[in-house]
Amino acid sequence: MAVRTQSQHGRIRTSSWLLRGASILLVFGLWEWAGTIPVSIAFPRFTDTMSAFVEMLADGTFASAYAETIGPLLVGILLTAVGGLVAGLVMGLSPRAEWLGLPLIIVLQASPSAAIVPLITFLYGIGFAAKVFAVVLLSAPVIVLNSYRGITNTPKSLLEMSDAFLAKRWQRIWKIVLPAGSGLIFAGLRLGLAQGFTGAVLAELLITPTGVGDLITFYRAGADYPYMFAAIFSIILFASVSLTLLQRLEQRIFRPEMRPV
Amino acid sequence: MTDTPRLSSHGAPGTTGFSQEPAIRVMNLTKEYPGGIRALEGISFDVPKGELTSVIGPSGCGKTTSLKIIAGLVEATSGEVVVNGTQVRGPGPERAFVFQEFALMPWATVLRNVAFGLELRGFGRKERESIAHEYIAKMNLTGFEDAYPHQLSGGMRQRVGLARAMAVDADILLMDEPFASVDEQIRRKFQEDLLRLLSEEKKSVLFVTHSIEEAVYVSDQIVILTRGPAQVSNVVRPGIDRTGDPQNIRRSSAYLDCVESIWVELRNYLEE
Repeated sequence: MAVRTQSQHGRIRTSSWLLRGASILLVFGLWEWAGTIPVSIAFPRFTDTMSAFVEMLADGTFASAYAETIGPLLVGILLTAVGGLVAGLVMGLSPRAEWLGLPLIIVLQASPSAAIVPLITFLYGIGFAAKVFAVVLLSAPVIVLNSYRGITNTPKSLLEMSDAFLAKRWQRIWKIVLPAGSGLIFAGLRLGLAQGFTGAVLAELLITPTGVGDLITFYRAGADYPYMFAAIFSIILFASVSLTLLQRLEQRIFRPEMRPV
Repeated sequence: MTDTPRLSSHGAPGTTGFSQEPAIRVMNLTKEYPGGIRALEGISFDVPKGELTSVIGPSGCGKTTSLKIIAGLVEATSGEVVVNGTQVRGPGPERAFVFQEFALMPWATVLRNVAFGLELRGFGRKERESIAHEYIAKMNLTGFEDAYPHQLSGGMRQRVGLARAMAVDADILLMDEPFASVDEQIRRKFQEDLLRLLSEEKKSVLFVTHSIEEAVYVSDQIVILTRGPAQVSNVVRPGIDRTGDPQNIRRSSAYLDCVESIWVELRNYLEE
C-alpha cells in the first residue's frame, strides 16, 4: 500500500504552497524592480499596475468589458468542444472519417490562424458571429486533435474487458473510451480555451474595438500604461482561473483518482 | 474447505467421468491471422461441467488465442465453440473473463471495478454494490473498497479482477494466466484460495497457464498443446486427491509424477 500518512500529506501540501507563494512573489518582485529602473516608459511598476487593477475592478470597467468578451468566448468554446469531441469520436472510431478529417485538422493547426482573423470580417462582418468564428478558428485544431488522440489511445485491454463484460456501444464510449482519453481530451480543452481566449481578444483588437481587447487599445492610445497592463494582467488571471476550474471539472467527472487528497 | 466434489474420477485420460453435456465443447478450431500466420490448427477438447480444465503449452503456442476465441473476443477462422449447447457468436453472460494484466479501470475504486460487470448489465447501484461487497469480502479485500488500483499490489489487483468475474455469476470462468503477473509466494496462496472459492461456487473453469506445477495443482483436467500452430497433444487427468494439507499435496508422488510426465511431453516441443 503506497498510501501516505495524514501528516506526510500535510507537510507536502504546506511546502508546495510555500513554493508556489515564493515563485509568485519572485515574479512580482522582478516586475516591480524592472518597473523602477525603468526598462521602458511603457512598462509600469507592479504596484502601479495593481492599483489600476483595483480601480478598474471597483468602478465596473472590467465587469462591462468582460461581459462583452465572455459571450462570444463561451459560445465559441462550447461549439468547438461539442463539435471537436464529436469529430474526435467519429475519427477515432471510423477509419474512413479519420482518413478524411485528420489531414484537414493538421493543416488547420499548422496555418497561422491569427493572420486569418482580419479576413473574418469579409465573411461575418464585425458583429458577434465574427468574434465567435475567431474563437472557433483558434481553438478548434487543438481540441479536435487532442480528442481524437485521446479516443484512439484507449488501452486495448480495457476495450476487451468491456466487451467480455457485455458493454453496449454507448457504455463502451461513456464508461471506458471517454474516461481513458479524458486526460488528453481535457488537456485539449484547456489549451483550446486559452487559444479561444486569444481568438476573442484578437478579434477585439483587430475587428471590433469592444470588450477586453478594447481596454488594451484604449489605454495604449492614451499612454495609460498601468491601466493597459492591468487589463493584460486581468486576462492572464481570468485564463488561469478558468483553466483550473476546467481541471477540477475533469477530475470530478472522469478521474477521481487524480484528485489531490 | 478442501473436501470438494469436483475431484476427478480415476477414468482413462480424456474421459470426463461425467455423462452430462460439457460446459464448453471446442471443435476443430483453427485461427489464421492476416499475413498467413497460423496460431491454431484444428483444436478440439471438452471442458466438463463443474471442473477446472487448464490449457498448457509452449509459450506463444496460441493458448491465449484459443481462450479469447472461446470468450467470443476473437473470431476463429474455422471450427466452432459450443457453450452449454449453444454455439458461441460473441461474448455472453454465461462466461466471465479474468485477464492476465488485470484490465482494471484506473479511475474507478475497487468497489466500482468489482461491480462493473453488473453496472454494464443495468443493476441498480444498491444491488450491485451489495453483491460486490460480498465478493470483496470473499477475496479478502475488505477495507479497500474505496482504494484505486494504483494503490494496490499486483496480487490485490488480480483479486479485484477475480472478484469482478465472480460477481456477474457466470457459470463459466475463463482465466488467462491470472497469476502470471503475481509473485511466487502470493501465487501459491492464490491457487489455494481459487480452489476453495471454486468448491463453494460450483463453476466450470478454463484456465490458461504456462506453469506445469500450477496446472497440476489446480486442475481436474489438463489440455496439453503442441508448439504453434497449436494442436492438442494430449489430455491428462491428474486425479490428485486434494483432501488434506496443500503442502502434502505438493509433495505427494501422484502430484510429482504428473508434473514430471507433462514436462517430458512438453520438452519434445521445446527441443524441436
